Amino acid sequence: MLAFLIKRTANAAFVMLAVALLAFTIFRFFGDPVEMMVNEQATQADRAELRERLGLNDGFVTQYTRFVTNAVQGDFGISYRNQQDVMVLIGDRFPATFELVLVATVISLVVGIPLGVITAVHRDSRLANALQLGSIVGVSLPSFVVGIMLILAFSVTLGWLPAFGRGETVDVGWWSTGLLTPSGRAALVLPAISLSTFQITLVMRLVRAEMLETLRTDYVKFARARGVPAARVQWVHALRNCLMPVITLTGMQIGNLIAFALVTETVFQWPGMGLLFIQAVTFVDIPVMAAYLMLVSFIFVALNTAVDVTYAWVDPRLRDDTAKAGGANG
Amino acid sequence: MTETVLDVRNLRVEFPTRRGTLTAVDDISLTIAKGEILGVVGESGAGKSMTGMAILGLLEPPGRIASGEIWLSGDRIDNLSETQMQAVRGRRIGAIFQDPLTSLNPLFRVGDQLVETIRLHTQLSKSAARQRAIELMREVGIPAVEERIDNYPHQFSGGMRQRIVIALALCAEPELIIADEPTTALDVSIQAQITALLKRLCRERGTAVMLVTHDMGVIAETADRVAVMYAGRLAELGAVEDVVRRPQHPYTTGLMGSIPSLRRDEAELQMIPGAMPRLGAIPEGCAFNPRCAFAGPKCRRDTPRIHGNGAACWLALEGATA
Ligand SMILES: Nc1ncnc2c1ncn2[C@@H]1O[C@H](COP(=O)(O)OP(=O)(O)O)[C@@H](O)[C@H]1O
Ligand code: SF4
Ligand SMILES: [Mg+2]
Repeated sequence: MLAFLIKRTANAAFVMLAVALLAFTIFRFFGDPVEMMVNEQATQADRAELRERLGLNDGFVTQYTRFVTNAVQGDFGISYRNQQDVMVLIGDRFPATFELVLVATVISLVVGIPLGVITAVHRDSRLANALQLGSIVGVSLPSFVVGIMLILAFSVTLGWLPAFGRGETVDVGWWSTGLLTPSGRAALVLPAISLSTFQITLVMRLVRAEMLETLRTDYVKFARARGVPAARVQWVHALRNCLMPVITLTGMQIGNLIAFALVTETVFQWPGMGLLFIQAVTFVDIPVMAAYLMLVSFIFVALNTAVDVTYAWVDPRLRDDTAKAGGANG
Repeated sequence: MTETVLDVRNLRVEFPTRRGTLTAVDDISLTIAKGEILGVVGESGAGKSMTGMAILGLLEPPGRIASGEIWLSGDRIDNLSETQMQAVRGRRIGAIFQDPLTSLNPLFRVGDQLVETIRLHTQLSKSAARQRAIELMREVGIPAVEERIDNYPHQFSGGMRQRIVIALALCAEPELIIADEPTTALDVSIQAQITALLKRLCRERGTAVMLVTHDMGVIAETADRVAVMYAGRLAELGAVEDVVRRPQHPYTTGLMGSIPSLRRDEAELQMIPGAMPRLGAIPEGCAFNPRCAFAGPKCRRDTPRIHGNGAACWLALEGATA
């Protein structure tokens, strides 16, 4: 298990170095950083001096190494647009996106898994067919349409829930959370549902497909032959064997959700990283874009690694090679 | 008169399909007494597993019992509700399936699967059930049980896993065990051990056993009586000595001729030219008639049937096939 962890971590580090190279190249060569930072009246001498001070005359490798060293310490430089430390800007916005994605993920699992089991167990029933049809609608509706429809229904028409913003937040250390105030929670509902719609149908369809497969296996039949009640066979014995791909999907999709939160954040004016990134793009605020790229990639890679480790934890067969140690005697 | 544990009467299992109804089990009647081992033989596709699954109430829809009755120690069980049947499966009827590699849930420790089954059918506490699981594992011959009980199925060999499956079937001391080709998937070198173990455990307990196999050798060594199945029907039923020494059905004779040769059915049935008909294409009259050297006009017209010892063959029943 330890060797496995070390190997996975080394892989992850390698991928991050490659991403850093990409981010660095964009940062360094898309437009001249000096031109972006100085004002109109700066002299040629001023510019040369700034160039020297920023280390832009150093060799590529030296600059890349510096970029990586700084990035590891969370230093992505200063935003061109508002002259603030990039990491402080992102740190302000990250909790909003994280909470949105977290709640959307939880919703997708809590709703998607049972729906998947039900549609598999009662396949061909009217309920299952209706749910299947609903899931097709769910995957084909663009998330901004879902968002706008939710706003129309629950904010504009019914007036139950806020249509934009994050509500009141409370600071827990540097983390500003909306989960602890009623208005923060209310503000989270519509964006989270909107972000999770696609995900719910994805989870549901995956669980359904896996369950149909698993329900045909010998160990499911044998569990029934042992007298295990049907519901327990389905929800415990079979479902557990379906969770592996769900873990993978969820892990991979959290990365996607963070990326797609961009759309939801725009629709709901949710003050998260996505909104920050959209603004950065508008102003060609390269340091913010580079930092966003690095951070989102880091989350992707970290999740991938976590998924692999979780695999080994759920499935004893992947855990180690005790199979060889214990299985020899007939 | 010994106690009858299983009494199957005129069982018929059907599969409605788009191209008509297929009859996988056609008018089968058989009984198994307390402590008796009934061997069921036949080529693959003969309907052996369907018979077992029908008794367990585990036919996969659209498969269904179309007619007939199944009685277990005086209780009719073919018309029970699913909930009632859950209290029969595992408690009064134990099951052993063909492939031990796939019978156990890979994500649960073997001990937990045993404890789950024991607690489903008894009032034992968790720790008492675990104690019972340890005893059972010891009884089926798992070495170092205390260390192995918390292992996962993949940590055991095929033979060891089938021993655990046997322990699972015995958890609630059932009256009847249905063993569907319990050794077919195993290495030849351990098949005999597993069969012997099953026989010993059931004899000690007086458990009735329906032992499905296509190995005539296993039947000869293990069973008290034998039922020969062909194309969903009973071809011959009788005491092992009689059927093995003096088979009356030409199909059984063909099967017997092959005991000393290879033990797999593909090889066995080279003795008889032709192949068993598919379900949709069973000929009129005796299902065996296209392959039978003695077939006469009556064989192609009327279906010979037995509901007790004997051979479903006009030659045996009436002494003529005309
Ligand atoms: N779902 C199904 N639909 C139609 N026919 C089936 C189905 N399942 C099994 N059968 C048929 O039932 C017959 C009996 O099968 P089975 O009892 O498994 O044979 P055995 O165990 O003797 O090898 C076979 O001919 C098989 O093709
Ligand atoms: S009934 Fe006729 S065809 Fe069938 S086994 Fe007997 S002799 Fe052969
Ligand atoms: Mg079979």
